[in-house]
Amino acid sequence: MKICVLIKQVASEDSPLLLNEDKLTLKTDSINFVSNEPDTYALEEALQLKEKNDATVTVCTLGPESSRQVLKDALAKGADNGIFISDDGIDTSSPLSIAKTISAALSNDTYDLILSGLQSNDIGFSQVGLLVAEYLNTSHASLVMGTEIINDKSDIKVKLELENGWFQWSELSLPSSLTIQSGINSPRYATLKGIMSVKNKEVKEYTKNDLAISEDNGYSVVEKFTPLKSKETTTIQGSADEISNQLVDVLKNKLRIVS
Amino acid sequence: MKILCFIQTLDGKANNNSLESLFAAQEISKNNNAEVHAVVFNKDVATKLSSYKLNSVIYINNSELETYNPEYYLKSLELINNELNPDLLIFGHSYETRDWVPRLSARLDKAFVSDCVNVQFESDLHFIRPIYQAKLNEKIKLNNQGIVSFQAGSYSYENIIEGSCSIEEKSLDLQIDLTVRPGERFKESAEGVDLSNAEVIVSIGRGVGKIENVELVKSLAEKLNAQIGASRPVVDAGWLDHSYQIGSSGQTVSPKLYLAVGISGAIQHLVGMKGAKNIIAINKDPNAPIFEISDYAVLGDIFEILPKLIEEL
Ligand SMILES: Cc1cc2nc3c(=O)[nH]c(=O)nc-3n(C[C@H](O)[C@H](O)[C@H](O)COP(=O)(O)OP(=O)(O)OC[C@H]3O[C@@H](n4cnc5c(N)ncnc54)[C@H](O)[C@@H]3O)c2cc1C
Repeated sequence: MKICVLIKQVASEDSPLLLNEDKLTLKTDSINFVSNEPDTYALEEALQLKEKNDATVTVCTLGPESSRQVLKDALAKGADNGIFISDDGIDTSSPLSIAKTISAALSNDTYDLILSGLQSNDIGFSQVGLLVAEYLNTSHASLVMGTEIINDKSDIKVKLELENGWFQWSELSLPSSLTIQSGINSPRYATLKGIMSVKNKEVKEYTKNDLAISEDNGYSVVEKFTPLKSKETTTIQGSADEISNQLVDVLKNKLRIVS
Repeated sequence: MKILCFIQTLDGKANNNSLESLFAAQEISKNNNAEVHAVVFNKDVATKLSSYKLNSVIYINNSELETYNPEYYLKSLELINNELNPDLLIFGHSYETRDWVPRLSARLDKAFVSDCVNVQFESDLHFIRPIYQAKLNEKIKLNNQGIVSFQAGSYSYENIIEGSCSIEEKSLDLQIDLTVRPGERFKESAEGVDLSNAEVIVSIGRGVGKIENVELVKSLAEKLNAQIGASRPVVDAGWLDHSYQIGSSGQTVSPKLYLAVGISGAIQHLVGMKGAKNIIAINKDPNAPIFEISDYAVLGDIFEILPKLIEEL
């Protein structure tokens, strides 16, 4: 079996997000870049499927030079090889163009399974894995909370998270592209041996010119901005003592939670 | 402009998030006189929709569409789109929408601006959507025909404008080779905590850092006679049982006081607790989205504030 995991590099949760004057791009010097957390669940699921079903795991990212790091991290955790697609000249604000690019790169091989995180913690369209399913003509499922390869590796059984606490089992024909919901597993850490092995693992490279993709993205981002507050909020700040005193006052006298 | 709004149904009822998006369509139409059509797979809901101010309701009468199957849904909307050629397809951003509408976007080669919270009428029609976990917003303009979905709660369906319109009934040829075979829906055995009647909830977020620190927050809860709740990453990491989770995939609560400790305020969490009468949030990030809905925004470090607060209570 061949499994491909799509991973993206994003700003860490605690990075300051400062807009440049163009109101479109962020000041990148203050940003700490990490693997998109939902994608790490997809990688872990792939590695567990590999252990159970004798598979190879390829990790693929589309991004700037710095995002080679997410491939290295995934290879260190046990992925077998990587695909790096340079985002130079590619409109990465559009899910359609991201998915067209990735699909073009993946179509050079045949994968039984493509896994990706449910959504990215930056732009958060939650679309790419599903768009890839359409372009590569595979079955798909999203919000996946469990997987099991069945029927002599021709199908996969998935547990789907639905709204309001409901779940559903669904059977899909392979090949399939699944977007994985967080909490499905506990992502592993890289071992020292894993880290040492990275340099011996192959990473295929693609640039825009290698992949014939059309350029119509359908929309433009006009600007990015900080949301306005909608509610009257009292801010409590200062030293820990001051904050604590004010909070006790709120809890005792204003809200009457304690006496 | 021509708008086609899809109304999702379950057990003969319209999905609220779909109805909210239908109101968004009416709002757009108020500004630019767009035609608004609704498409639905359920007869009773079609009848209900015909009492709203719309240009028409299209009711697709196919047994394949009685329960959700992404492939039949896709095929149906592909066919209806090709017949009607709408400029804008509108959806509520439900879990089902998340599952099948991206694929529709690829099939129709129409951009899908997902999870919008607002529309602005300037020289062009602009859609606002949160990015970076709601710490920033982006404003988007469609260059061609496109697809838009609205986050739950962006609009109120109670504002839908009444009127009357005709129902057009259709049956489609949905012969396709299925690659998805959905099974029965089920709930996991419901044990664990029920927070629906809790008066005071102290809720633990990823900001508490590690499982050992959960005890600190628990001591605060004891002082306040409160029950414990949690955000999803906390239960995903196994710091607390899944039944403590509050939000779109957990419990919905409406206590007198909700005290959020180290929770950023992602929409999926907010939908589960924004009905609380009073919200206090402790967070060290002044831009944490949870502060936008808080009555008291406590700006500081959990580990400095909590020990003092527990002592003083
Ligand atoms: C389909 C779907 C369903 C989901 N369902 C749910 C759901 O039901 N419930 C839910 O909660 N989430 C749900 N999520 C996840 C949700 O999107 C967020 O990822 C999650 O709510 C974030 O949890 P958090 O706020 O605890 O963590 P984070 O977003 O990581 O926030 C941690 C916060 O702690 C603060 N902090 C860190 N250290 C300190 C300190 N020392 N002192 C003070 N503050 C500190 C940080 O500033 C930050 O704001 C769902 C997501 C999806 C896509």
